[in-house]
Amino acid sequence: MDTLPEAEHVPMQDTRGRFGPYGGRYVPEALIAALDELDREYQAARADDSFGAELDHLLTTYVGRPTPLTEAKRFGAEAASGARVFLKREDLTHTGAHKINAVLGQALLTRRIGKQRVIAETGAGQHGVATATAAALMGLECVIYMGEEDTRRQALNVARMRLLGATVVPVSTGSRTLKDAINEALRDWVTNVDTTNYIFGTVAGPHPFPTMVRDLQRVIGVEARQQILDTVGRLPDAVAACVGGGSNAMGIFSAFVDDADVALHGYEAGGDGVATGRHAATITAGAPGVLHGARSYLLQDDMGQTVESHSISAGLDYPGVGPEHAWLKDSGRATYEPVDDSAAMEAFQLLCRTEGIIPAIESAHALAGARRLGEALGPDAVIVVNLSGRGDKDLDTAARWFDLLDENGDQQ
Amino acid sequence: MTTAVVFEKARAEGRSALVGYLPAGFPSVEGSITAMRALVDSGVDIIEVGLPYSDPLIDGPVIQAAADAALRAGTTTPDVLRVVEAVAATGAQAVVMSYWNPLARYGPERFARDLAAAGGAGVITPDLTPDATDDWIPPARAHDLDTVFLVAPSSTDERIAMTTAQCRGFVYATSVMGVTGTREQVGDAAAVLVERTRKTTDLPISVGLGVSNADQAAEIAGFADGVVVGSAFVRRMLEADDDAAGVAEVAELAGSLAEGVRRR
Ligand SMILES: Cc1ncc(COP(=O)(O)O)c(C=O)c1O
Repeated sequence: MDTLPEAEHVPMQDTRGRFGPYGGRYVPEALIAALDELDREYQAARADDSFGAELDHLLTTYVGRPTPLTEAKRFGAEAASGARVFLKREDLTHTGAHKINAVLGQALLTRRIGKQRVIAETGAGQHGVATATAAALMGLECVIYMGEEDTRRQALNVARMRLLGATVVPVSTGSRTLKDAINEALRDWVTNVDTTNYIFGTVAGPHPFPTMVRDLQRVIGVEARQQILDTVGRLPDAVAACVGGGSNAMGIFSAFVDDADVALHGYEAGGDGVATGRHAATITAGAPGVLHGARSYLLQDDMGQTVESHSISAGLDYPGVGPEHAWLKDSGRATYEPVDDSAAMEAFQLLCRTEGIIPAIESAHALAGARRLGEALGPDAVIVVNLSGRGDKDLDTAARWFDLLDENGDQQ
Repeated sequence: MTTAVVFEKARAEGRSALVGYLPAGFPSVEGSITAMRALVDSGVDIIEVGLPYSDPLIDGPVIQAAADAALRAGTTTPDVLRVVEAVAATGAQAVVMSYWNPLARYGPERFARDLAAAGGAGVITPDLTPDATDDWIPPARAHDLDTVFLVAPSSTDERIAMTTAQCRGFVYATSVMGVTGTREQVGDAAAVLVERTRKTTDLPISVGLGVSNADQAAEIAGFADGVVVGSAFVRRMLEADDDAAGVAEVAELAGSLAEGVRRR
């Protein structure tokens, strides 16, 4: 497995973590030493074969990699205009989402640095669960910050994290979602940086997080690229992924970036519809600015205040996005579109009914995107969808959306 | 305009300067002006006018609560400039403390111009480090504004030198690793940091984060040129029964801190 790639794969990235005009570091000076340490140790780890071997061993024997690439034949035929749709099954990883890939790498790094305590933010709870899992595995103290609103939406994941021995801190400042959980985690880090490593959940935040998390997620794309070549004998026409902060999308995109004929499509949360203002379509409707330590697109008002995002999917409910996506968008290499709650939930249900796979609502946004791609590209098209996670955590939301909890549920 | 003159005057008087932070727009734009005037009347030399921001990374719960209230009340960047103008009219120095994004959004050049026109002396930017100041220093210099950046106990000597080389007016030394808020103890790490910073610059050095009473102010005045107090003021305003009581409380605290920075 080629888990720790060379940085040359990425256009226009400099040593300060800039992607064109995006990225960089906009953080209090107190954090710079820790970010420098992380960057240094990460570079050293990349060059160290034993680190790569240990990570690969965990990915194979603990996470269950490589994950399969499953052709969704009935979904393609019935829901995507006959196109051939292939699902990269991150839903089958241990803990049920792609987040575990980047967490294990960062947890190994924590041990390498010699710190005993890890903190993380979480939205849907998947990154928190993955971090709590890795902390249990490696005997690290673990504190997870989660917006109060999200602790309600994803109550089951709160219980999972606590079972795994983590402390879950509900965050009641600001919009009480992922954005505010990141603020609190950064504050914890500034205060406890001597003992604590911050395990970041996505490709946003200050350098080196966007690069490091992308590299650690790149295994998704590397596997998928080989698998589609083995299965259909050619590269896909399009790759589709949902974009919250953008880690599952960067993970799969980065292995295809140099394949000019493969279209890269990111799907953001359109919430109630971009026109309503209640959405999380950061690239579609945002403007460049600084949030959480990096320059990228963000949802902001005229005064530069961050605007609250809205999505049925807690994992996509974030007003920022990773800087490399901003760069891919501006350079035209990738395309980003919003998918409304209703279109995502329709795709969610279609996958359940046609394939017997219950996806995460986050991933359902990518499935809705694949339906559009199928319509645009026709039945000869080969589309790879990153199925970033499974839907167990979303059953409550889905049951309410589809009204499945009363006696009329069967008539649906 | 520059704050340098304030530090010179304080030094001539054998004391440290007192720097007081309050967020603009809390409890209202007028209310914040009243409170800041009370600070000036009670001996604060430099007012740090906080530009309320939705994601204040280096602020603790007290300042964030006040900033949230100011934003809910609709405080805008032009309101902040109006507050600066009112403070400058008292003859005291006003510097804005702002995270970068609101300034970037307003336009760095436009902000520098409007702040200078309002009589402001400069800006403290807690999330701009010397690696990221390219968009800010040129307009600030063009409009004769102080640029104040932070050094931290975790900063390497090399980074301290890089930072102070870009500061104008004074250097802000954060006394402890952490966010704003009051603390029992601030002394030791701060003294070491100030000593390390002195080796790189002749600029005055102010110490902030955690200072809440006259004894701490006196201790810091023993080795620093300025003492910054924020959360302790904001807390008194948040906890007061009404706005007038809040103003009386912050004035009283300012008076006692002013005594602290004069202790020998
Ligand atoms: C299953 C799943 N997919 C996607 C995301 C969105 O994150 P990212 O855009 O970083 O992949 C999350 C976040 O919680 C998630 O749990």
